[in-house]
Order: sequence, then C-alpha cells, then structure tokens
Amino acid sequence: MDILTLFVTIPVLTMLAIGFAKNTQQVRLISAVGMSIQLLNAVRLLFAFFAERKAGNTAEFLFTQDLVWFKSLNIHYAIGVDGIAVAMLVLTAIIIFTGVFASWTMKELTKEFFISLILLATGVFGFFISLDLFTMFVFYEVAVIPMYLLIGIWGSGRKEYSAMKLTIMLMGGSALLMVGLFGIYFNSNVAGGELTWNLQEIAKIQIPIEAQRMFFPMLFVGFGVLGALFPFHTWSPDGHASAPTAVSMLHAGVLMKLGGYGAFRVAMYLMPEAAQEQAWIFIVLTSISVLYGALGAIMQTDLKYINAYSSVSHCGLILFGLLMMNQTAMNGAILQMISHGIMTALFFALIGMIYGRTHTRMIDKMGGLMKVIPFLSVAYVIGGLASLGLPGFSGFVAEMTIFVGAFQHADIFHRVATIIAVSSIVVTAVYILRVVGVLLLGPIKNDEFLQLKDAEWHEQLTLVTLIIGIAGIGIAPLWLSDLIGEGLAPVVAKLLAAIH
Amino acid sequence: MNIEQFLLMRHELLLVITALILIVAEIFVADKTKIIPLGVGLFFVNLVIGFLPAQTGTLFGGMFHNTDMTIMMKNVLNIGTFIVILQSAAWLKKPENHDKLAEFIALLISTLVGMQFMISSGDFLMFYIGLETATIPVAALAAFERIRNRSAEAGVKLILSSALSSGVLLYGLSMIYGTTGSIYFDAVALAFTGTQLQTLAFIYFLAGMAFKISLVPFHLWAADVYEGAPINVTSYLSVVSKGAAVFILTILLFTVFSKIVAMWQNVLYTLAVLTMTVGNLFALRQKNIKRFLAFSSIAQAGFILLGMMGANELGSATVVYFVLIYIFSNLSAFGVATLISNNSGKENIDEYNGFYSTNPGLSLIMLLALFSLAGIPPVAGFFAKFFLFTAAASAGYYWLVFIAVINATISLFYYLLVVKAMFINKNDNPIAPITIDIYSKVGLILAAVGLVVTGLWSDVFEVIRGLSFGIN
Repeated sequence: MDILTLFVTIPVLTMLAIGFAKNTQQVRLISAVGMSIQLLNAVRLLFAFFAERKAGNTAEFLFTQDLVWFKSLNIHYAIGVDGIAVAMLVLTAIIIFTGVFASWTMKELTKEFFISLILLATGVFGFFISLDLFTMFVFYEVAVIPMYLLIGIWGSGRKEYSAMKLTIMLMGGSALLMVGLFGIYFNSNVAGGELTWNLQEIAKIQIPIEAQRMFFPMLFVGFGVLGALFPFHTWSPDGHASAPTAVSMLHAGVLMKLGGYGAFRVAMYLMPEAAQEQAWIFIVLTSISVLYGALGAIMQTDLKYINAYSSVSHCGLILFGLLMMNQTAMNGAILQMISHGIMTALFFALIGMIYGRTHTRMIDKMGGLMKVIPFLSVAYVIGGLASLGLPGFSGFVAEMTIFVGAFQHADIFHRVATIIAVSSIVVTAVYILRVVGVLLLGPIKNDEFLQLKDAEWHEQLTLVTLIIGIAGIGIAPLWLSDLIGEGLAPVVAKLLAAIH
Repeated sequence: MNIEQFLLMRHELLLVITALILIVAEIFVADKTKIIPLGVGLFFVNLVIGFLPAQTGTLFGGMFHNTDMTIMMKNVLNIGTFIVILQSAAWLKKPENHDKLAEFIALLISTLVGMQFMISSGDFLMFYIGLETATIPVAALAAFERIRNRSAEAGVKLILSSALSSGVLLYGLSMIYGTTGSIYFDAVALAFTGTQLQTLAFIYFLAGMAFKISLVPFHLWAADVYEGAPINVTSYLSVVSKGAAVFILTILLFTVFSKIVAMWQNVLYTLAVLTMTVGNLFALRQKNIKRFLAFSSIAQAGFILLGMMGANELGSATVVYFVLIYIFSNLSAFGVATLISNNSGKENIDEYNGFYSTNPGLSLIMLLALFSLAGIPPVAGFFAKFFLFTAAASAGYYWLVFIAVINATISLFYYLLVVKAMFINKNDNPIAPITIDIYSKVGLILAAVGLVVTGLWSDVFEVIRGLSFGIN
C-alpha cells in the first residue's frame, strides 16, 4: 500500500481494533500504538518527501495515486502531497498523538470516545492527501459526525448547545462549499474534454470570470466558516469551551486549519482572478477577526474562552496572510497554521490538565499555581510567550513573516489593514501576560491547591512533544519555510498572473 | 401471445402468484404464524428471480413495456417491500393480528403489483389502473388495526384524499386525450407541444401526482395518515409507495412531457423549494417519531425533484439511486422505531432518552440511518444527495442547489435532536434492552448493510447510470 493511503488505513484499523478491546486499558493502549504508528508514518513521509526532492523530482505533487471511483461522474480517489500537505500531515499526526495521551484519564464510554476521536482525525488526514475535490469534500464531511458526539457526550458546560451550534454552522459552511464545488466542476471543461474534479487538471485551465465571481465567495466563505472568519466565527468560542480536551486540541489545532488550507488550495488556486478582485472584502473581514478575537480574549475570565478567542484572532491572521497574495505573506500564513496548531494544542492540553486538578477554569479563582505545579506552569508560560510572538518561538517567525509580506503592498488600504492586524499583537500580550500573572504567579488563593500533583508521565509526554515542536520551528524555521515555499510557488505564480 | 412474451410480465406475475398462494394457504394452515416464513420465503425467491437477466419488450399493443430501467426500478421496490415484510413479522405475530395475517402480506404484495404495472405502463389507461391498484389496498392496510380509532381514521383519510387526487389526475388525463387524440405515451409525446389547454392538463396531472408523492402544498394528508397507520404501513407508504410514484413521474416527465421541459422545470422549481422548506419546518416541531419521519420524508421528496429537474441521463439515474438509498436509510430508521414501538409502546422522541445505554446496537443503526437521511458521509445518503444536487447543478440550477443544501443543513438539526435524545440525554428509566426477533434482525441488517455499502461501492451507481435515460 502506498504511503499516503496508509494515513487513512492506519486510523481505520485502529478504530476496528478498539472495537474489539475489552477494557479501558486496552482501548488506551491500542489508540496510543495506532497513533504512534501514524506519527512514525508521518515522519517517514517527511523524509521520503525530502529524498524525492533531492533526487530531482520537481513534480508539484508527489506520491500521487489515481484510482477511478465513480466513473460516469469522473470522480477519482486521487491523492498526492506537496510540501504544505506534508507539513499539515505531520502536524495532524503530532496533535492526534498527543491528544490520545491528553485523554489518558478519560473514564466514561472510553471505547466510543477514542473511536470518535480517531474518526475525526481520519477525516482530517484524508482531506490533506486528496487531490480530487469530491474525495476531499467527503473526508471534510466525515469529520462532522464525530464532532457532534464528542462535544455533546463528553463535553462540559453548555455542551449540547455548543455541539449543535458548531455542527450546524460548519454544515452551513459546507453547504456553500458544495455549491462552489459544483460551480468548479461544471466549468472544468472550458478547454474541451471531460468534466473533472481533479485539482491539478482544473488548475491548468482558466475558469470563466463570471463563474469565478459567483463561486469564489462561496468557496472562500465556506472554508472561512471553518477558519473562523468574522462574522462566522461564533461557533468557535462556544465549541472549544465545551469540547473535551483532546477535541479542543484537534479542532483548534488542525480542523480550523482545514479552512485556511482549503481557502488557498481550492478557492484561491483555482479562481485567482476572482480572488484578486474580491480580496479586499475578505481583508476587511479578516482584519476584524484578528483584532476582534484578541479584544474578545481580554474580556474573558474562563481559560478555555480566552484561548478560543485567541484562536479566532490567530486563525484570522492565517486568512489575512493568505489574502495578501505574495510569497512572503502566504509563507507566513502557512507557518502560522502549523505554529498555531501546535501552540493552541499545547494550551488546550494544559487547560485540560489544570482543570482536571483545580476543577475550575475561572482565572480569578486560581493563583500561584507556579508554586504547586511547576511543570505545567512552565509549559503554560512557554506556550504564552510563543503565542504573543516572542522571538525564538514559532509564533514570532510566522507573524513576522505575515506582516513583512503584508507591508510589501504599498497602497493605503493594505497599510491600514496591516496596521490594524499588527495592533492585535499588543492586545495579545495583554491577555497572555494577565493570565500568566494571575494564574501562575501571586499568592495561592485556595488551600486545596497545595495538594495538587504535578504532571504525570502521559501528560509530560504530551507537553514535551508539543513544546519541542514550538521551539523547533522557532529556532530553525528555514527548513519548514523551504518545504512550504516550494508548495506555494505555483499558487503564488497563478495569483500574480491574475493581476490585470 | 406465446409464453416468452408472457414472461415479460415476470415481476408482476410472480407477485400475483405469491399473493394467491398466501391467501389459499391461509385456508389450510392451522397455525397462522406459519404463513410468515412462507410469505418471506416466497417473496425472497421473487426478489432473487427479479435480478436474473430479463427480456425487454412491449405487450398488449404498447400498453405494457419493459426496459432495463423499469426492471431496475421494480427490483428496487422489491427490496423495499421485502424489508418491510421482514420488519412487520414481529408485529403480525401478536395474537390480535393472527386472523388477518395473510391478508396483510397479500395486500402489501397486491399494491406492489399495481406499482409495477404502473411503472411499466405504456399508456395512460394502464398507468391509471396500476395507480389505483396500488392505492386502494394501501388504504385497507392503513386501517388495518381497525379497532383503533386513529388507524381507521388514517384509512378513511387516505382513501378520500387519494380519491380526490385521482379525480384531479383523471381530469388532466381527459384533457390530454382531448388535445392529443391518444392515450398512448408515444403518440401523446409527439402531439404534446404545450398549447394553453395542454398546459392546464399538465398542471392537473402534476397536481394529482404531487398528492401521491406528498409534495407541498398537496401534503396535508400525509402526516395524519402516517401517524395513524400501523408503523409498518407508514414505513411502506413513505418509502415504497412514494418511490413508485417518483419513478413513474420521472418516466412521464422525461418521455411524454419532454417537449415542455422548460415549463415543468419551472413548476418543479417552485414545488421543490416549497416542499423542502415546509417539510423541514414542520419536522422541526414534531415530538412523535412517526410524524417526525413523515415530515422528514416530505422534505426528502423535495430533494428528489432536484434530480428530475436535471432532465438528463444523470437526472434519472440519480433519482433511482436516491430512492434505493432512501429505502435503506428510512427503513433502518423505521425498523428501529418499529422495534421500540412494539416492545415498549413508546413513540415519542423524548422517550428515546438514554437509549444508547441500554440498546447500543440499535442506537448505532438509528444513528447511521439518520446521518444517511441528513446526507453525511461515509453513509450512502451523502452520495445519493450529492449526486441529486449534481444533476440539478448540471442544468444550471445553482441557486436551487444552494436552497437545497441549506435545507439539508436544517434537516441535520432535527435529525441530531433524535441522536441527542439517544446518545446524550440522561434518563433514569431508559427503554429496556430489546430482544430482536430473527425477521427484524435480518431486515435491519439488510437495511444497514445497504446503508453503508451502496454509497462507497461505486458499482451500484454505475449500473443504474448505465441504464438511465434522458430527454432526447
């Protein structure tokens, strides 16, 4: 079996194996083994990809496979990866791997929980390997079912409301996507020949501009809902706050990146003319996302809500960077996807662990945690510093690149938008430092906290893995940048050619 | 007429024989429950023979004609009926139903015969005979539990409303005959150019059909009948009956009315938007699972219209494919609801609370069925719905598709309410574990396997696609 299909087969086999497990311990063990294999496979893919490139293979997508699925509609199971997809696959593998360990102490309906969690990840993996728009859409929607159950059953707080809201809003987004995909499909033979869903084939032709004008906003907003584009972001704070730890990690870490990834891989790549024309609308919206998310985070006192709003802000920055449509800014946007993916997973993991000990997520009820649970606290500080863009961590590299790219546009509109977006960094610093100050430093507010135990082995494993990721990207961003850059080149070339 | 020509009616004849055997057997069999395995066995043989290669051709000077596609449609209906029979076994075994057990299966089969003749009809006379043969026994079935007021009421409502709709339909047919001078489909198709009177005739005809498919605004009978009738009859009505009417409407629109395609596309546009939206909005408010599934099936009928509006080969293929998958999805959902209703008498959605904790297997089947109805992969409903929408988009109806997907999203909301009741809501006194009899088990497994396989396994669609027909 080829290396990419393994990304779907391994989780499917893991789910089947979990189905036969007899007790919670076996369930945990099988999940951990399965996801470790998945992580190894991702690393193997990374090396194989570099080896191919070194050997001089310059095709846009590597490891391609193409099997006919529905012949009469020309639907294929077509897969292949470029540098960006490889990076996203590795990210997903890391997060689901750590997510399993972060859910180690799950007690209720463990079998169902891990199956749903891994099913969710399967959808994400499938999405990133697909080159056929139909297959891609199938995988995208596969992620919906487990999402509802995961939040509804194992969530906390207003979980039923949040689960429903999230599911319905995301499905509303995919309603737009579906129409947009039809628009692409039925315009994919303007150069003659058969209608096709194949991304590479469609990229070769130019979709008529009228069709682009109609379908580009549908696709961009459709993906934008998932990427927390203002004003379609409202599912995100509620959803993340109610979801169990591992689901928040996976959702904010990877699933929201599906939005950004789809926005440039499908919407902008295939319809560059309309992207150039309509970018200004979405630049306005994303600038609002960025600042609004950051300001929203200041107002919150619940740790999960703080992080959820901060995700809205950071994911807004991803779309913002993509819409700047030059190599530098888009490179930064993809870096931001990966950096924020790991960072936010770290945060949600930590919040879950802290909540498991203190049984509260309200920052004003806690204090001085640094003295009782130093390991978790230090990890929180590292995550926080990365989030506010301190040099040496991944966040700095990504945001810096985005803003440098954005400033390459000399006109007043882009300048103003960039300045608004940049100002979010200051706001971010405020809420991060406030949380660190109140939560970790200061006096211990509650005597019960003195009994708290620091991180267990599985928690340490989760945190260390994620911190290595953040620091790795921060210290040596170049190799990742190269990986992304070569994947971006054809997209950028198409976008630049579309300027009149 | 030689025997070979006679065999063109293989499907129908076999069904008639089956029904007769069952009625005769009832006289001689002392233990009435033995009729169930007999009926199931005979019908299964029927079903299998239906799939054997068959001849195509015309009979009775063009009144009856068989094509590969009509054979496929009949097989699809056979599958649905087979599952319904399996699912009704447990209910039929109840002592109060013993004395009319054989009648139930025989009546069910005779309605199916009517539908199959209707699908194969080559003129409006045969079409109308088939339609009535299909309708009248169903009214008897709806009133099957005649000592229960609601069931009797359902029977009367069904017969009255279908009498009215038949009247409207016949009025339209008489005008068609008056303006074209023929009742044969081929001749009518040539002469039907869309003059004013013909347009009026078409509207009457379509109104009559819309009654049968329960399209909004002709749907008001459906909810009451569905709720009052025994649950197995409801599932039959909402799946097989509706499927047959959809098939013949597709055939007629694509052949007889092919010259006025632009006109009927506009009419269907309005009907589709109304049906999807109104069906959904009513389904949102339902508390009773039968009414809930009734309104959801009204909304689903709206989606089917999108496939017809494609008015090409893809359109007819997706309609048949959708009905096939809809049979599996709806019958899975109804199968679980039947078991619950038979075992505990509970039919309200909030009584399903905590169902997963006691009946995980049934809950999972219900979950898959509901997600299939909502159109979420990897279950088959996604593919069915996606392809239907593809057909509509291929004719350029992007906004209609948009309205439809928004409706699909709304429908997801109410399907999730049932999922929420089963999986998330807590209940101190959930429905006790249900022991499933062998027939229901086979029926459920068949439906559930169909639910998973027919989507991912692309050959199913390709075979149907290969038989499809469009407007020349």
